[in-house]
Amino acid sequence: MTLSRRKFLVKTSLLGCSAAASPLLTPLTLAAAPGDNRLVVIILRGAMDGLDVLRPIGDPDFSRHRPTLGTTQGAQDLDGFFALNDALGALMPLWRAKELGFVHAVSTPYRDKRSHFDGQDLLETGRNDPDGTPKAGQSGWLNRALALLPNARLETAFSVGAARMQLLDGDRPYSAWNPGAELALSPQAEALLTRIYADDPLFAASARRAMALSGQSDGMGGGRAEAAKNLAAFAAERLNEETRIAGFSIGGWDTHSGQSRNLPRALGQLSAAILALKAGLGRNWQRTTVLAITEFGRTVAENGTGGTDHGTGGAMVMAGGAINGGRVFAQWPGLSERDLYQNRDLEPTDDVRRYLGWALRDLFGMQASALEASVFPGLDMRENVGIIA
Amino acid sequence: MPTRPEITQAARFEYGIRPDQPRFPGSLMAQLSGPDPLDDTMPVTRTAARMAELQKLRAARADAPMLQQAKRALRQQASTDMMRILARMVRNPRGFRERLFAFWIDHFTVSPNRANEVFLLAAYFEDAIRAHIGGSFADMLKAAITHPSMLFYLDQSASVGPGSPVGQRRSRGLNENLAREVLELHTLGVDGPYTQADIRQFAELLTGIGIGPEGMRFVPNRAEPGAESILGLSYGGGGAQLADILGFLDDLAIMPATARHLAQKLAVHFIGPAPPPDLVADMAAAYLATGGALPALYEVLTQHPSARAALFPKVRPPFEYIATALRALDVDADIIAGATAREANRLGRQLTAMGQKPFRPGGPDGWPEAAESWITPPQLAARISWAGQLARTYAKEQDPRMLLSALLGNTAPAALSFSVRGAESKSVGVALLLASPALMRR
Repeated sequence: MTLSRRKFLVKTSLLGCSAAASPLLTPLTLAAAPGDNRLVVIILRGAMDGLDVLRPIGDPDFSRHRPTLGTTQGAQDLDGFFALNDALGALMPLWRAKELGFVHAVSTPYRDKRSHFDGQDLLETGRNDPDGTPKAGQSGWLNRALALLPNARLETAFSVGAARMQLLDGDRPYSAWNPGAELALSPQAEALLTRIYADDPLFAASARRAMALSGQSDGMGGGRAEAAKNLAAFAAERLNEETRIAGFSIGGWDTHSGQSRNLPRALGQLSAAILALKAGLGRNWQRTTVLAITEFGRTVAENGTGGTDHGTGGAMVMAGGAINGGRVFAQWPGLSERDLYQNRDLEPTDDVRRYLGWALRDLFGMQASALEASVFPGLDMRENVGIIA
Repeated sequence: MPTRPEITQAARFEYGIRPDQPRFPGSLMAQLSGPDPLDDTMPVTRTAARMAELQKLRAARADAPMLQQAKRALRQQASTDMMRILARMVRNPRGFRERLFAFWIDHFTVSPNRANEVFLLAAYFEDAIRAHIGGSFADMLKAAITHPSMLFYLDQSASVGPGSPVGQRRSRGLNENLAREVLELHTLGVDGPYTQADIRQFAELLTGIGIGPEGMRFVPNRAEPGAESILGLSYGGGGAQLADILGFLDDLAIMPATARHLAQKLAVHFIGPAPPPDLVADMAAAYLATGGALPALYEVLTQHPSARAALFPKVRPPFEYIATALRALDVDADIIAGATAREANRLGRQLTAMGQKPFRPGGPDGWPEAAESWITPPQLAARISWAGQLARTYAKEQDPRMLLSALLGNTAPAALSFSVRGAESKSVGVALLLASPALMRR
């Protein structure tokens, strides 16, 4: 081998034929899209501290649990009881326009082991088992919801970003793309690759989508907030076309230490993503609901390292022109010792899946009984929570 | 031309075939005996040396230009270390050893956030993991859990016993992150026989472990006083001492739930998502019978009939895939080891696009195992693009038809043979071969 170091992995055009990129499959709009309403689900991975995002400053016990994190500094009052973390300050115009809202003291049915991985598994599969042990082959609740949507097609639901989302995995077809990925093949190379993949369904399906989608979006750049913004902007592009349901993830919420520095970084990404959705969706923002959910909340008391540990009850962030915003939905459990879950966590007073279920029902006309039977098994949806305007 | 058993073994347990390299003689287990010559010919930084450099960095804090220069040098070394890890995989005829290395660094995941953690990472891999691949699990567990990298990553360095002198004086407290992940991920498994109370008690037992100038340091003044009761057993109670913590880890390493968890995880990694239950049970039994010897697990794993099946349900994750592709093209490992920081960064961006930001998994549970996690449309697009670039760089010295036969012998699927032969140029032919499931599955 006599190749020089300079030649190792030099940047070249892909297979030398980038000008000849021609998607084998172009998505065609043939049937009417299933309604005009749009839903964006953001998974906040790492367990967002709802008590710091939306501080219950009206609760007399709050500041006692959180000597450094529980002050009114760095937060602005929303309704006399809750104050919003300043890192979401850019969203205040939305709050005033009733396009931003929150649900507090909620959780999935997951209890006690407080594992991120099981917690996220339960959050995305929508299952009902408190011990949260992952089961192989579980589909995501949003995928099962697609089955209840008449005329749902490949483009109806879109998973955005490099990682596969369990939320959308399952039997129903959906689309996935990472804005910034690109693939340019000569028609001949593309045909041969299609032939090679024909006997391997996993590779065949992914390659088909990659060939269809490549070159439809600009690349990604910049820091984390920029990356979240790009995911949101791409989601908005798709939602302006045939897509009605989009999902992506934002990480960085596992604030075991230095929370006053680390949480604002994650909130900055969420804020940038919501504003990019609003900007990108234009008039369609009025028909849009954004729900940002997390696997569980964090301990009520701050720990010895200026952070918080894995807890139970937490909060959901809502945005969009379609929501009944400008308010915090909560049956507040209180924060005195006897009110806490296992003497340490915010007691969840409601199942977050009720809010997800009623949003699906109000946005897409899915029957509550069908949602209880197949999307959120074991859930009693009871009366409408009223988060959609 | 390689035989079918050789191709199967290279796919399932190694980094594929390297055409210019004779097969390592003997069984897979033979690859584990004796020292690995590559540890000396392609060395990476060790913990003691790196801790000393981090000390110097701290000393240079006041001198901004010098600090910048020292940091730049450390970044360069960290990048060189990472490329050497890749180069070892590309060169090593003991491929099973390298695959086990990748498995165990993932089992004991450290995903650095801060600069100091990035600088220490390769030393952690070397001293805590690589040194123990063929030894006892208890030794690896103790080395990993007490290494500064792990102590930083899972916040143990900041955890203080609330009743300890330091905890009382500075009103600092417990952080249960490390205790939880050791039980959930490293030993018993999430289904294991432990409760929140065990986590809390274990977190109290762990207090006192921290980081000093030379590495892990036990500070009795930070340790929670009194005995801890974990999983029904009692530890400590005398004066606070490191030996109590190590004693618990020794016990934890040979609990039946730990044996099952390790056996299941290895079997899922090397065989498939639903490994035969008899295989997992036999592995766990052999492990317990030897008092926790890792080779006992490997021996049962590699000799089970399912290890020889020519069915490949798994997909190589991106880092493993690029090592396999570089071997397939006989790329000189010295070129990789000598890559510039710019080249290393570009490779890092390409791996990120494939879904695996190098050595930075999203959480302490490491990278996903499922094939579906690695072949989404954007990830596959990134693999195909990279394969195309690699093929263009190296295709001149390759005849795709010869390469096909050197890598896959008589086992190449008909559609792959047809396509590689029918490609419009040598580089497209090589690219198609590299982008095929035959090179990505195992």
